[in-house]
Amino acid sequence: MLAMDYRGPYRVRAQEKPMPKIEHPRDAIVKVTRSCICGSDLHLYHGMVPDTRVGTTFGHEFCGIVEEVGSAVENLKVGDHVLVPFNIACGQCHFCKQGLYGNCHENNPQATAVGGIFGYSHTAGGFDGGQAQYVRVPYADFGPHLIPDWMDPDDAVLLTDVVPTGYQAAEMGGIQKGDTVLVFGAGPVGLLAARSAWLFGAGRVIVVDHLDYRLEFARTYCPAEVYNFKELDDVVVFMKKTTDGLGVDVAIDAVGGDAQGNFLQTLFGTKLKLEAGNAIALHWAINSVKKGGIVSIVGVYGPTGNMVPVGNIVNKGLTLRANQAAVKRHLPKLIEHVKEGRLNPKGIITHKVPLEDIADAYHMFSAKLDGCIKPVLVPNG
Amino acid sequence: MLQERTRIAAAHTPIDPTSVVGWGVDANPKNDPTYPYRDRSKDEGLTSNWQRPAQQRSDVEILQSIEHIRRPAVFGTSTPPSGLSGMIRRLAFRWSESNWIHWLLLMGADRINVVEGIGQDLARAQVPNIPAEMGAKAEWQHNKKGLATKIAVTVGIGLVAYALFSRKRSDGPPQRVVKLSSGEG
Repeated sequence: MLAMDYRGPYRVRAQEKPMPKIEHPRDAIVKVTRSCICGSDLHLYHGMVPDTRVGTTFGHEFCGIVEEVGSAVENLKVGDHVLVPFNIACGQCHFCKQGLYGNCHENNPQATAVGGIFGYSHTAGGFDGGQAQYVRVPYADFGPHLIPDWMDPDDAVLLTDVVPTGYQAAEMGGIQKGDTVLVFGAGPVGLLAARSAWLFGAGRVIVVDHLDYRLEFARTYCPAEVYNFKELDDVVVFMKKTTDGLGVDVAIDAVGGDAQGNFLQTLFGTKLKLEAGNAIALHWAINSVKKGGIVSIVGVYGPTGNMVPVGNIVNKGLTLRANQAAVKRHLPKLIEHVKEGRLNPKGIITHKVPLEDIADAYHMFSAKLDGCIKPVLVPNG
Repeated sequence: MLQERTRIAAAHTPIDPTSVVGWGVDANPKNDPTYPYRDRSKDEGLTSNWQRPAQQRSDVEILQSIEHIRRPAVFGTSTPPSGLSGMIRRLAFRWSESNWIHWLLLMGADRINVVEGIGQDLARAQVPNIPAEMGAKAEWQHNKKGLATKIAVTVGIGLVAYALFSRKRSDGPPQRVVKLSSGEG
């Protein structure tokens, strides 16, 4: 079968690989119909995530048709079209029982802090991902969700990560009616976080980024007030001034370790990799939120450490909330939102690419070429 | 000595909460910052005795965090550790996830693995098309100016390096000349 093949930082290709096999009674093999490149795949692509081995296949946002099931899988049958949450979850452990499906304890020998994720390095379990024609899906009797007949696969594939992550970012913000919500990052997750903020009753939604084409997209898609931080002397001072000197009620970091905008953070976090990525978006979020406010983090950082103003968290009495999205918990509500037209996931797709052109798709997404916001692969097109 | 041992044993003995004056008088179940993403009603306390999934069996070498008390039931079997990078990865797993050296070693192994990957390609008689792997076609289609700049910078650095290298060689000490005497002919 054809699959994405990681060769090193900034180097990927499409390569023939052996077909995946059932390795556990609760496994399934899924023939991939859609697979996205996620912003967090770029952290892998840029060589920022430890234990990313050459030869790995990335891809944690995918949907597809069940090709084969293990002996213990009774709720799925061959031919079912399913969307597969990006986090692998057993449904039985201490954490899954409490709904923390992004924090399952039965899927990742290499780390305890990180739950197993498809195609996201050995730090996240060493599973091959869905940027391939076929993929092994562990715990297939728990994670995958049948795609309703009326749903477009382009919408379905975005319900595997982007939409639930954006939605949970807003949910973790504890947004109350009338709150001012600031979202750092106008990438796919930031767009969905800003859109979801309205669903929770926000009174004002602001999106900050440095790419004008993405800000223009956010202005109409979310919709939101948008600002390019490169045009502001100091983004934190600006946020204080625009909130009567107090700061925003809720700040969301939808950027993570690939941020731009600060020389020292770029040097230590991105270039020298002495930090777990550039944390300037989180730094700004902490400093832009009002005293007693809430900072919600869904941006992805590595497992080491970052320079952020911890003293300000204490002195301002902030609440920090963060997690990998518990996709399974959100799906029933999000499917309803799509059905009712409250969310339009596929509206963010800008490029559809055959698997053969994966190297160009990664480069285009990474270098922000051709107005790229969300590239989707069609592996069995 | 006995006194010391008693003191240490006492320090390590858990406290019975009901023996603490005022225990639980201000407990408030509504004070739960993890709502709604964690269902505390399903929290059965700090026990690992949940009904476990069947254990996956595999011959593939799996490295395991020393913070785990047992092998998780399911794991990925992609790209097991191999070569020099594999040796470094095995070494890294002697330290916990909390120790910086664990991650630095893994990052170092990742970089070595890139060179090993090129070696593996060549061993399979497959010459990696590195410009194509880096998305040169997309760069050509959507960012010709950027591509031209990158090529110019790369060629410029190459030329400067070549010039410095050539100069260094020509400035070096004269090579020893051995004159053969007629008697050695």
